[in-house]
Amino acid sequence: MSALATPALETQMLCKAFGALTVADDINFRLEQGARHALIGPNGAGKTTFVNMLTGALPSSSGRIFMNGEDITTMSQAARTQRGLGRTFQITSLFRSLPALDNVAMGIAEREGVALRMWKPASGYSAIRDEAMSHLEKMGLRDEALTVVRDLPYGKQRLIEIAIALGLKPKALLLDEPAAGVPSIESGRILDVLAELPKDIAILIIEHDMELVFRFAERITVLVQGAVLTEGAPDQIANDQRVRDVYLGEGGHD
Amino acid sequence: MMHSGGYARGSRIGVLEILPWLVAIAAFFLLPEYLSLGARILIFILFTLSLDLILGYAGIITLGHSVFLGLGAYTAGILSVKAGIHDPFLQLIAGAAIGAGFGAITGAVVLRTKDLTQLMLTLAIAAIMMEVGNKANWLTGGADGLPGVQVNPLFGVFEFDFIGKTGYVYCLVVLFIVWFFVRRMVYSPFGAMLTGIRENTARMHALGAPVYKRLLVVYTISAGIAGIAGVLLTQTTQSVGLNVLSFEIAGDVLVMLILGGVGRIYGAFVGPTVYLIAHDELAKQFPEYWSFGVGFLLLIVVFFARGGILGLIDKISARVRKS
Amino acid sequence: MQAFLSSLVSVLFHGVAYGMILYVISVGLSVTMGLMGFVNLAHGVFAMAGGLLLSTAMGRYGVPFPLALLLAFVVVAVASVVLERLLYSKLYSAGELPQVLFTMGLIFMSIAVARYLYGTQAAPLFLPDYLKGQIPLFGRDFPTFRVVLIIFSGLIVAALWFGVERTRWGAMVRAAVDNRDMAQSVGINTNRLFMLTFALGSGLAGLGGALGSDILPVQSTYPLENLVYFMIVVAVGGLGSLSGPFIAALLIGIADTATKYWLPELGAFLIYAATIAVLLWRPQGLFGVRS
Ligand SMILES: Nc1ncnc2c1ncn2[C@@H]1O[C@H](COP(=O)(O)OP(=O)(O)OP(=O)(O)O)[C@@H](O)[C@H]1O
Ligand SMILES: [Mg+2]
Repeated sequence: MSALATPALETQMLCKAFGALTVADDINFRLEQGARHALIGPNGAGKTTFVNMLTGALPSSSGRIFMNGEDITTMSQAARTQRGLGRTFQITSLFRSLPALDNVAMGIAEREGVALRMWKPASGYSAIRDEAMSHLEKMGLRDEALTVVRDLPYGKQRLIEIAIALGLKPKALLLDEPAAGVPSIESGRILDVLAELPKDIAILIIEHDMELVFRFAERITVLVQGAVLTEGAPDQIANDQRVRDVYLGEGGHD
Repeated sequence: MMHSGGYARGSRIGVLEILPWLVAIAAFFLLPEYLSLGARILIFILFTLSLDLILGYAGIITLGHSVFLGLGAYTAGILSVKAGIHDPFLQLIAGAAIGAGFGAITGAVVLRTKDLTQLMLTLAIAAIMMEVGNKANWLTGGADGLPGVQVNPLFGVFEFDFIGKTGYVYCLVVLFIVWFFVRRMVYSPFGAMLTGIRENTARMHALGAPVYKRLLVVYTISAGIAGIAGVLLTQTTQSVGLNVLSFEIAGDVLVMLILGGVGRIYGAFVGPTVYLIAHDELAKQFPEYWSFGVGFLLLIVVFFARGGILGLIDKISARVRKS
Repeated sequence: MQAFLSSLVSVLFHGVAYGMILYVISVGLSVTMGLMGFVNLAHGVFAMAGGLLLSTAMGRYGVPFPLALLLAFVVVAVASVVLERLLYSKLYSAGELPQVLFTMGLIFMSIAVARYLYGTQAAPLFLPDYLKGQIPLFGRDFPTFRVVLIIFSGLIVAALWFGVERTRWGAMVRAAVDNRDMAQSVGINTNRLFMLTFALGSGLAGLGGALGSDILPVQSTYPLENLVYFMIVVAVGGLGSLSGPFIAALLIGIADTATKYWLPELGAFLIYAATIAVLLWRPQGLFGVRS
């Protein structure tokens, strides 16, 4: 695969405004095939909004979005997911009254296209159950598989977020602060799982924990007030005075 | 346990699930003088079940579900009175098809919106159909409705008799068949998916589910089932009137479902049974107090027993088990 | 031509009277739904209560008309606050379904009460002599009460708009409709604001129900029968807006009167169809602030 291959995701002049507030300001961005890319920036920089536009959860105000070269700017969220775009939510978004297993299986069923089947009981789809179970196991949630999500501690709910994303077998995965709210032992597990993912999956991670970012990312984009401040390899970013100013000037990150 | 179905839980038919059918059969033999009330209860169970599919499983709030009952009811009435088609099964199929068809058309519109707008649309559509039923005299008989509906004997043998024996058994069999279908659906991946939409629509989108289309499917099915209930109502009462399209009916069915318990199939069995028996006993004697009672009951359910009667039973049995 | 013009004038006149009443009744619903996001199907109950109060106060206790009107406003407003504190407020964040069910429950209960008081008859309207008869205007005779009704409603509307545009309370309401969290964070006591606004809106409904009892007869099915129209005014006009529902109410009042006059065989069909069309075209209503 050459470096000039069509990127997994690309945005051109992407903009978003909420009323008078500009949250995305002409963002030109490439997520290369198989990338390990981090998006950082202070609180309120517009990172989540950017991800929401990529997935189609929010319409953009202007600009274009491409996935593997295909223009997906106006495509529905479902269609993008079906084309292999997966994401996790910064604010946990689960089926709270369902067991962990169902949370993961639901996505697999969509991926496998069985969600419209009306005759055979869901519990009879053992391949889906088994696969859901294996993703939960990877996240260390084997014993919690049958527990209703609402009854699980927040840290474990965060891990289910990731298990669901894994179940979608995405080609491009957008992780919005996956480790926020996760106890540090388990955040190590998140890194391990991410490290094990097939190399051809492109991953974009939003993260405030710089240690995690520098361990994981091969490329970093810095977003400030909706605009790309700079982009480069981790050591470049680490030594960039403007980036330091942003972070130190803001009193660090949380 | 609020929901049934899903990937984690089994789907075998439990002992308790046989109970309603035993009760229904016992009622046939033990309470012959109440069979027409019995048939009415069975019909409303069917109607409530259809509402449970969209409200309890898919989370769509509607104030106009009466439309589909009304369409089914008028389909049977018009077929018999205006077109001379008295075959019960033809009427049944036609009512289901027209209910489902109208469900698909209105669903395509209603499901694009949400919240208050959606509520308003269901209300406005119900109002429009009421107006059509009222004004299209030549077809619907207007305010007088269509009396004198005829239905051929079932299989050419069983007359719809005055006591309502045939009607009762017929309704029971139709309900059983629909229940069986609905139960499979609720336990299937489709049912799990509907629960997902109700629980967290944003997540469902992110999983790649075209939510709108899915809702349209269930809305159409629900409307078809409501249409069947409407046909049964006309066939067993041998007449149809404007009241099947009224807000009262749309409200009643909501009350019945809430009373029984939302999103669990059997709430739709318990609610109408309790409601209609109470109605039969009380409403004629104390009309004022009846509607006051229903209103008060709604308040009680909303503030103290969101899970309805079945929810209460769950709570009590959980407490008994603990101690 | 002469005949057409004459009927046009009377359609407009009665349509405007009807529209004004619809607005006075519904405006509170628009504001409370916009402000609190509460689906209040029971708003018509307050209007009916106003009508019942007027009729009962005048018929049974000989209270003079203006005082009875005031009573309709005050009693309904106070009663609504009690309801708001005891019940409505418990459901602010409960979601749509409990709100729908709860307010349906209120409707059922109020129907029972009205039926207990007046049976299936409409509560009689006792007009004082000075409001009976006709007054000549522009060479025609118009029913005095309707003329007064239009003028009086107009004054209420003017006062209301002045209040919302020019007073501190109005500024707070507008801020809270725009963005509730923001309003709260700048120190507006939204609980109290809700309470007062709800009381005012309900009181106006009571007043409108009383004033309008010869247009919308006060019988036990009132809250259910008129529910669609009140909701249409709000949904078509736009939640949280003051002027939107005003225009919607006038349009509906005139259109309804016109169809009753010229196309009675269509009934309310046109209005419902138009409502659906508007909601599809602009789900937030013609002048809605929320999208
Ligand atoms: N729906 C919305 N309406 C109005 N403003 C919004 C909306 N969503 C986000 N914003 C605003 O847009 C800005 C960017 O928000 P966003 O959540 O994208 O930031 P972020 O970079 O993800 O921040 P954080 O690090 O805290 O997660 C913020 O100022 C936020 O208040
Ligand atoms: Mg964020």
